[in-house]
Amino acid sequence: MIEEIFTASVFASTLRLATPYIFAAVGETFSQKSGVLNLGLEGVMLMGAFAAFYTVYATGSVIIGLLAALIVGALMGLATAFISVTLQAEQGISGIGIYLFGLGMSELLFVRLIGTPVSIDGFPRLYIPGFSDIPVIGEIFFNHNLLVYAAFLLVPIAAFILNRTTFGLMIRAVGQNPEAADAMGVNVARVRYMTVIIAGTLAGLAGASLSIALLNVFQQNLTSGLGFIAVALVYFGRWTPLGVLLGSLLFSFVNALQLQIGSIGVNIPSEFAVMAPYVITIIALVFASKRAEKPTALTKPFRRGD
Amino acid sequence: MNFRRLINSLLDTTPYVLALLAALGVASILLIALNAPPLQAVGAIAQGAFGTENATAETLVKATPILFVAIGISVAFRGGVTNIGGEGQMIAGALAGVTVALAIPQAPGFVIIILSLLVGFAAGAFYGGIAGALKAYFNVNEILSTIMLNQVAAQIMNFLLNGVLLDPSELGSNAIPKTARIVEAAELPRLSIPLPPGLSDLFGTAELFGRTRLHWGLVIAIVLAIITYILLWRTIIGYRIRAVGQNERASRYAGINIQRNILLSMLLSGGMAGLAGVVQVLGLQYRLQTDGSATGFTGNAGFNGIVAALFGGLNPIGAIPASVFFGGLLVGAQKMQRELGIPASMVTAINGVIVVFVVSAQYFVHRRSRRRSVGGAPPEREPTAPIVPAPLETPS
Repeated sequence: MIEEIFTASVFASTLRLATPYIFAAVGETFSQKSGVLNLGLEGVMLMGAFAAFYTVYATGSVIIGLLAALIVGALMGLATAFISVTLQAEQGISGIGIYLFGLGMSELLFVRLIGTPVSIDGFPRLYIPGFSDIPVIGEIFFNHNLLVYAAFLLVPIAAFILNRTTFGLMIRAVGQNPEAADAMGVNVARVRYMTVIIAGTLAGLAGASLSIALLNVFQQNLTSGLGFIAVALVYFGRWTPLGVLLGSLLFSFVNALQLQIGSIGVNIPSEFAVMAPYVITIIALVFASKRAEKPTALTKPFRRGD
Repeated sequence: MNFRRLINSLLDTTPYVLALLAALGVASILLIALNAPPLQAVGAIAQGAFGTENATAETLVKATPILFVAIGISVAFRGGVTNIGGEGQMIAGALAGVTVALAIPQAPGFVIIILSLLVGFAAGAFYGGIAGALKAYFNVNEILSTIMLNQVAAQIMNFLLNGVLLDPSELGSNAIPKTARIVEAAELPRLSIPLPPGLSDLFGTAELFGRTRLHWGLVIAIVLAIITYILLWRTIIGYRIRAVGQNERASRYAGINIQRNILLSMLLSGGMAGLAGVVQVLGLQYRLQTDGSATGFTGNAGFNGIVAALFGGLNPIGAIPASVFFGGLLVGAQKMQRELGIPASMVTAINGVIVVFVVSAQYFVHRRSRRRSVGGAPPEREPTAPIVPAPLETPS
């Protein structure tokens, strides 16, 4: 039975299903590193997913669809930044507002503009001559759509930016000690605007990876909590892109197993399989909260002269 | 009340008025973009919400669970705990309440009702208490833990409704996940208002709401709102909860047990949401039924309760009109959808906008209060407090 469960296709779908988690959680890492808890991710993902889906539905081009998701995500990020940085609104509650907005708005637009469930032709699987044909290895690693590779490529890039560039240093300074950063001449608000917009853009991309690459459909509440898990994954990954990647893989592995167990009919109530990632997240949060890596100024608005 | 206090208290309501106007503005833009005349849409919502006796009753029925949750959210937010777990706590309460009601069908009706309510409150409190304890003793972000617990609760509900709690008559067939019906004696009575002769001519009926689904849950919720108001502002228990929410450090120096009060506010908050769940079962559905998602049972009341609580100024009394308002919005939106073809999900989007505007408007209140304290230091504001609560008064 073990061989039936841990097949190459499970590992292949683990990599595939990790895509939205990685995009969303790496983006959120930027935001949280700079001190902004961007809780509206779920809503932004839904908007990005719809924007991409509708554009592909209307134009047939996945590239334009991708662009639409990036633009919508960036705009939602800009709105989030305005709310949490300029207006200094409480980040948790305003994030719920953004979530509700995205949830209602994406459904509204879907019902109004499309109406019936349809599927589209999303990103095709890339065939890499030579590699894709290797048995097992080829199926696991070289048989995915473009966005899967992009997600995995994003991790080292994000780690480099955060750890090895001036911009990364500014992000960390602003999240750790905004007063000191301000005194050193760093524009705290501008850095936070940038990170929150990055988070929004990547959340839009995460949504697109669901609606035009993984599932190729859109429906009400398509993300069903994935965006909230992504926020928690950043705690889980101890505010590092690599940690976030590991967390994403763990979650997508559980998802993939759950699908596999369902398909071969093992007698485990599916509810427990669905529940597992959430329970793991809660347990992970208990351990994450003790760590010192948490940005000190997370959720704290910065006001000059206080 | 002297003149200055009057002015100040009027100014305190401005953020809510502004938030509402701004949301109305966004809604109008949206409607115009969707090619629907805004005035007609607002008219349809108002008609659908309060146009007839039955519409008003449906609005109040919808407002009932929202009010229960909003009372609980008010307590939690006042205590500095951002409880997003209304959905899960409602489910916990409903599951426990319906189990009690199904377990003792022979008992007298009032015994079943009271026991169900108590056990439902306890279950909701326990479920909220998990997140409360995790925050108080393990420093776990309660926003994230409550969101995760919502999903867990939905799955526990699915598991139980497909298993031990499944209606026996559904066995074997393509089962709809639902429990058996509770006995008639355990139903919360319908609520109707007998009218004196003069008024009955005016309304054209001797008994207002006589043939509607309105039930006593609304009365229980209003009484609970009043009790909670007294608890928060007239007892030492409420004083401590609010003190912790307002300024954790100062409360610690004052000798208040921070951890215990965080837990307490989550227990109370979860309990109220639990009651929302039981009352939905006993007063309206007479069984627990879902479509597989959390909202299949709760109708999103766990989130709408947050909106209503914020709009009610985190005051249980203020939550009463706020809940009726949002209940009306949800019921009225159905009519808008039928008449103008605008999907009712627009209300969800607008609720989000209202939340954002209400918490953003706090910024302007805060700036005003900073200006008020001329010469002195700006008022201490703990960043963990979700909203700036009214200044502390000592309990009388």
